[in-house]
Amino acid sequence: MSVELISANHAAALAATLAGRANRTARGFCSGVYPITPTTECMEYLCGQEIEKGKVVRVDSEHSAMGVCIGASSAGARSFTATSSNGLAYMLENCVAAASYRLPIVMAVSNRTLGPPWNIWADHGDSLLLRDLGWLQFYCADNQEVFDTVLCAFKLAEDPRVLMPAVSCMDGFILSHTMAQVEIPEQKLVDHFLPTTKVPHRLNQSAHTLGQLEIPQQAVAHRTQHHQAMSAALPVYTEIQDSFEEIFGRRVADPVVAYHADDADTLIVSMGTIGATAERVVDQLREQGQRVGSIRVRMFRPMPENDLRKYFAGTKRIAVLDRNISLGFGGVLWGEIRGFADPGAIVQGYMVGVAGGDVRREHIINLLTDLQQCQTETVPKIVEVA
Amino acid sequence: MNEPALHGMAQTRKDRSAPVLRPGNTNCGGCGMSNLLQMLSRAAENNDIKIVIPACCAAITTGMFPESSISVPTILTTFAAGASVATGVASVAQLNNEETRVICLAGDGGTYDIGMGTLSAAAERNEDILYICYDNEIYGNTGGQRSSATPTGASTTTTLGGKSEVKKDIMGIMAAHHIPYAASISLAHADDTLRKLRFALNVKGFRFLHVLSPCPTGWKSEPAVSIELVRLAVRSGLFPVFEVFDGDHYTINIEPDFSSEALLMYLSLQRRFRKSGVTEEAIRPNIERYWHQLRAMSGRIMPAIRDIKTG
Ligand SMILES: Cc1ncc(C[n+]2csc(CCOP(=O)(O)OP(=O)(O)O)c2C)c(N)n1
Ligand code: SF4
Ligand SMILES: [Mg+2]
Repeated sequence: MSVELISANHAAALAATLAGRANRTARGFCSGVYPITPTTECMEYLCGQEIEKGKVVRVDSEHSAMGVCIGASSAGARSFTATSSNGLAYMLENCVAAASYRLPIVMAVSNRTLGPPWNIWADHGDSLLLRDLGWLQFYCADNQEVFDTVLCAFKLAEDPRVLMPAVSCMDGFILSHTMAQVEIPEQKLVDHFLPTTKVPHRLNQSAHTLGQLEIPQQAVAHRTQHHQAMSAALPVYTEIQDSFEEIFGRRVADPVVAYHADDADTLIVSMGTIGATAERVVDQLREQGQRVGSIRVRMFRPMPENDLRKYFAGTKRIAVLDRNISLGFGGVLWGEIRGFADPGAIVQGYMVGVAGGDVRREHIINLLTDLQQCQTETVPKIVEVA
Repeated sequence: MNEPALHGMAQTRKDRSAPVLRPGNTNCGGCGMSNLLQMLSRAAENNDIKIVIPACCAAITTGMFPESSISVPTILTTFAAGASVATGVASVAQLNNEETRVICLAGDGGTYDIGMGTLSAAAERNEDILYICYDNEIYGNTGGQRSSATPTGASTTTTLGGKSEVKKDIMGIMAAHHIPYAASISLAHADDTLRKLRFALNVKGFRFLHVLSPCPTGWKSEPAVSIELVRLAVRSGLFPVFEVFDGDHYTINIEPDFSSEALLMYLSLQRRFRKSGVTEEAIRPNIERYWHQLRAMSGRIMPAIRDIKTG
């Protein structure tokens, strides 16, 4: 184990490199990559690595990047790519295909606002485009978590009970470009943690065709399998946490990261780095005697509904902080989880830090003041934090 | 004129034991793509091949899950992703020292239009892919709309009175990538088809084959005359049959007679040219211009433009 001072972009690429090398005894590693701010350093780093039985293809577009990953994975290799924002939007058609082929491709997304207008700062609207497509989704709050999540994502995506692509998200610049200490395990431990990739339906010698025409009954049967495999991912993730701990000697974070949530009457719910800020707010308000807690939804797909229901039980006021807007509706996270709270609880949506606004402690404290004054839930509020 | 006899297409001992295109597929009668796949069976023999097919008629050819009309491992991709997915498959084969030939089989839409960027990039990277474009000069899968491969004067569902623009020069574009091998193939000349398929299967790096692929459904022609139509297109000079090595060595494989008779027959046997009433005279200058350039590229002594027609 070594400790390195690296950005989250590099942490993701390093995790992919180690995972790629770990598959050298099987069908190798192959990745298609294309630059876009703020994820560029991730793909650049990957291009600079020596990967035994590995190839990184510098393609012409994100659509092709995912195309190469699809080809590589359907040929049985381990595969990875990274993108952001409009790159992800451009890639999207092939993201649908990757999921529907049930290929265990792993992607790192440095979250960035979709343009135009051009804006390079953090917003979760890009990766949320993948919400309904059958991708496992994680949102990280620090560099170590990015590294760990990418490694775990390979194991989870490739598990025969799961078998689908996974995306690990980090807030653009806030994490992607911030250097922090990251514990990096040795290759042989990664080899031990990650079994070699097996894609059971890969193009081998048998004359089968992937992605054919299906009548509605067949298509819905495949959707059902995919949907059920999503649910299976939750217990598999717990197993992965155990084996991660056994091999690397530390535990990778839970699907839902709760901070002083058990006895809280008020909860701040968020995803990504806002969650880290929320925890500092909790510290501050706890000192003043307020029973506030934080819930960080780390795993967004599958949605860890039971964990959230458990933490929400008995809570009277919940502020959901969304770094995204589903135009004409409100925050995506708010929309998804408000039904998990107790009847009568006030679950108020706040869209904050949208398009890269810098969410600081005072902003969250102001929101909580607003929440305490709410008599009933109102329409989700857009909060400017510039 | 060099026009070898058409070989019988029946299964023989020389062929791959299981034909690439299985009997009972749903292709229209007289579909050029069926002929192409039959020829591929013979050319590939029992070598290991894998096929990548973007959205097009050939994707439908594979049939309904869980059965497939294609007897080799195949992946159907999104419309623009043929060359990128093939890149991934071929890269992994290379990493594993496999002798697999990865073939991307795409229509003109997936090649000239939506897949052009992806194709160009894979060619520029010289990926180890055999890319075959079967060109039926329309979007067949979606019912016959114009593509940039549709020839002048052809009616499609989106150019009812006939297309006014000129067909894109795909061979010129691919040759300009300086790939190891690019060739146009005449399905009416079985020796030409087989030789080029065999050669292309065994070259390393990016290979591009352009196949004029009759489509009775879209061309409004009789299925029985499909191969004859290709012969007429070749004879008249409308479809030049040549190969380009490394982007600079041009070889013309079949010398047309440039006869008006062939061109007129070609136009009149297809109802798609009827509405526009496009004439031989209207098309001829483009043919001449193309051949003038082709002869220059092939390094052959160049007859004056006006002599081509009679020569
Ligand atoms: C992104 C996208 N746009 C449109 C389509 C609809 N579509 C499917 S096949 C096709 C045309 C295919 O034309 P071509 O490549 O020439 O093959 P052909 O059907 O003629 O064999 C179109 C427009 C699609 N599948 N994907
Ligand atoms: S529509 Fe044309 S290209 Fe498509 S299967 Fe029929 S004949 Fe072949
Ligand atoms: Mg076509």
